Amino acid sequence: MAIHAAAHYADHAQDDHHNHKPHGFFNRWVFSTNHKDIGTLYLIFAFIMACVGAAFSGVIRTELMKPGLQFVQPYFFNQMTTMHALVMIFGAIMPAFVGLANWMIPLQIGAPDMALPRMNNWSFWILPFAFTILLSTLFMPGGAPAGGWTMYPPLAIQGGNSVAFLVFSVHLMGISSIMGAINIIATILNMRAPGMDLLKMPIFVWSWLITAFLLIAVMPVLAGAVTMLLTDKYFGTSFFNAAGGGDPVMFQHIFWFFGHPEVYIMILPAFGIVSEIIPTFSRKPLFGYQAMVFAIASIAFLSFIVWGHHMFTVGMPLGGELYFMYATMLIAVPTGVKVFNWVSTMWGGSMSFETPMLWAISFVILFTIGGFSGLMLALVPADFQYQDTYFVVAHFHYVLVTGALFAIIGAIYYWWPKWTGRMYNETWAKVHFWWSMVFVNVLFFPQHFLGLAGMPRRIPDYNVAFADWNLVSTIGAYGMFLTPIMMFLILRRSLKSGAPATMHVWEGTHGLEWTVPSPAPFHTFETPPVIHDEDLAHGDITH
Amino acid sequence: MAQAQGAYYVPHGTRWPFLGSIGLSSTVVGAALWINETTPYGKYLMAFGIACLLSMMFGWFRTVIGESLAGIYSKQVDTSFRMGMMWFIFSEVMFFAAFFGALFYARNMSVPWIGGEGDGALTNFFLWKGYTPAWPTNGPGAIGGSFESMPAWGVPLLNTLILLSSGVTITIAHHALRAGRRTQLLIWLGATVILGALFLKFQAGEYIEAYTKMNLTLGSGVYGSTFFMLTGFHGMHVTLGAIMLSVIWLRCLKGHFDKDHHFAFEAVAWYWHFVDVVWLGLFMFVYVL
Repeated sequence: MAIHAAAHYADHAQDDHHNHKPHGFFNRWVFSTNHKDIGTLYLIFAFIMACVGAAFSGVIRTELMKPGLQFVQPYFFNQMTTMHALVMIFGAIMPAFVGLANWMIPLQIGAPDMALPRMNNWSFWILPFAFTILLSTLFMPGGAPAGGWTMYPPLAIQGGNSVAFLVFSVHLMGISSIMGAINIIATILNMRAPGMDLLKMPIFVWSWLITAFLLIAVMPVLAGAVTMLLTDKYFGTSFFNAAGGGDPVMFQHIFWFFGHPEVYIMILPAFGIVSEIIPTFSRKPLFGYQAMVFAIASIAFLSFIVWGHHMFTVGMPLGGELYFMYATMLIAVPTGVKVFNWVSTMWGGSMSFETPMLWAISFVILFTIGGFSGLMLALVPADFQYQDTYFVVAHFHYVLVTGALFAIIGAIYYWWPKWTGRMYNETWAKVHFWWSMVFVNVLFFPQHFLGLAGMPRRIPDYNVAFADWNLVSTIGAYGMFLTPIMMFLILRRSLKSGAPATMHVWEGTHGLEWTVPSPAPFHTFETPPVIHDEDLAHGDITH
Repeated sequence: MAQAQGAYYVPHGTRWPFLGSIGLSSTVVGAALWINETTPYGKYLMAFGIACLLSMMFGWFRTVIGESLAGIYSKQVDTSFRMGMMWFIFSEVMFFAAFFGALFYARNMSVPWIGGEGDGALTNFFLWKGYTPAWPTNGPGAIGGSFESMPAWGVPLLNTLILLSSGVTITIAHHALRAGRRTQLLIWLGATVILGALFLKFQAGEYIEAYTKMNLTLGSGVYGSTFFMLTGFHGMHVTLGAIMLSVIWLRCLKGHFDKDHHFAFEAVAWYWHFVDVVWLGLFMFVYVL
């Protein structure tokens, strides 16, 4: 495979100016319009934010190691839970996925760059400013936001000066996400090389097309919701004030109309990544490609009509509770289609277990655990018990850490040789994987037990009955804190002295990104490649 | 579906977005300092931020217009721009949806519940005894004091007619542009700008009337909140649209655009129609019903 595209590449691009990187730090990085450089910036930013968010969780887990108040005051503890969530969601997971989209979508569809390269620069460069504003609240009188990342009024607007900074930083993150999503949609719909039909696109591209639609649909709703918070606090409106005819619960409805699609924004690209990695190392095409596309689309559609399951205990009419319960359980169907398709892809394949594959397989298993605990939470009578307990914390960390984050790390190992032209040390990468695999479960699995036993979330102190599993969980957290350091050292060593990567990198790869040299030149596909169906993972496969 | 044909224009390096980030963050930090009343300098920082944003827009658009006039943009680049504008307008629709959602929720859920309907019987009995739900309302606490609500059949009806007419005039201008009749283009586009300005003048008059004579303010309970947030954000969008129309008018005057290449004109026209449609929703749900 790939002969045609590679030959084409040699003819047209290599003699061009594909290595004309701009000179100087500012020209290269700050004023960049190059999708690869901007993708790199996103990934570096996400890594830094993940470390900041991990530091916040370090405060949380250290305080929770033993019952009683040891290290921090409750108010500061609440700031840590709030900031941990905001930083991890908007600063780490989402930018990491956008970074991967920036790097891979043009390479996978044979485009020279993103459709709107200048706007691409702006999407990224808003983020460091937005997070500087958000993190600066830690040093303000009254401290950082402490009402939870969901910002429920009236609690959230009883904070100090930080409320305005929180609201405005969320606005900036929203602007960044919307511009990024518009760019991704325009790129996918307008920039595909001839022959790259929609139903021949790599599944990662499909997952991002649908995710981008979700982003454009819901980030403005979040912007509206936080704007109402701002005017309620500073300009005397009564949206969330019952005395004026409003309702605090109204905020929860608007917020979760954003919030539920948001959780799929953080998992659909992970589905795409895993659907790329598993076929490669199973040496089989993805089982049920079209079913996978329709499953992603169904999940996205359902995400708009299930938000009430976050609010079962606020006092909804019974009909509302039943509707949201059944609609939520419906999501298990397309999700199940995906899980079974991944397993079927591996079935009968000649599998090998390089590091990206290990992350992908662990994703399938551990994400499914998170999915099942989600089903438990979908049941109204059960949710009345689980609401606001550590069971919820365990559930969404299985989905977001062993789901989204594991997929991101798998993607980085998978495409790293293509980005840098160098292999990483397979042994140490496997140590990184197994270390994470063990400690992430030590960290989060006991939280299921704590929650079922009744331990509430978002508290700095607890009943001594919960002491043992909290200690175990904290030990797991300390183990996990070593993993970003491991990853950093592995990748740095790879950059310095890794073995050169081949064009295909892995044995079972298909798709346009593997038809350009490793490392991928600064400019690729400056004129569209001629695609032959056999080059593509799904070019000549009709299932 | 459009697919790549020939080379796509990829600009190399741009300074405008970074200036825009400085502008955006200065604006919001300035605004936050201002409304928190922590320092007297907040508004100056905000003014600096807005100045940065304006220079970014000026510079960025100038670059793009220059490239467009130089004929660098292919059909495919044009399609990217069109998609960008369409999805941007969709995001704006969703922004307004949040506030319309708040209006519907307040009218159909929270106000009746506070008044004791459905599951709200005890809420009403223990917390808001004696409150009978109605619309318009400023709630059982009578937040902001008694007020008059804004009638639909005076200025708002006139404004509806003005905006609908402006949708017609811009369409005539578009046809004139496609037929190459430049004078008519300028006249009808100019008429659209004037109608937009007229709308804003009446809207401003209505606000002054509300604040000075009707005691209807942003603080008049949930009616005042939804009324001013919806019409206020809409008015800001009309202002922005009118400014964009004026820029397009100046560009037409300078001889920009021909019958095949006038994406900027169409983008602004779409935006204007979007503002128009939002107004119809406002007129229906805020004023009439």
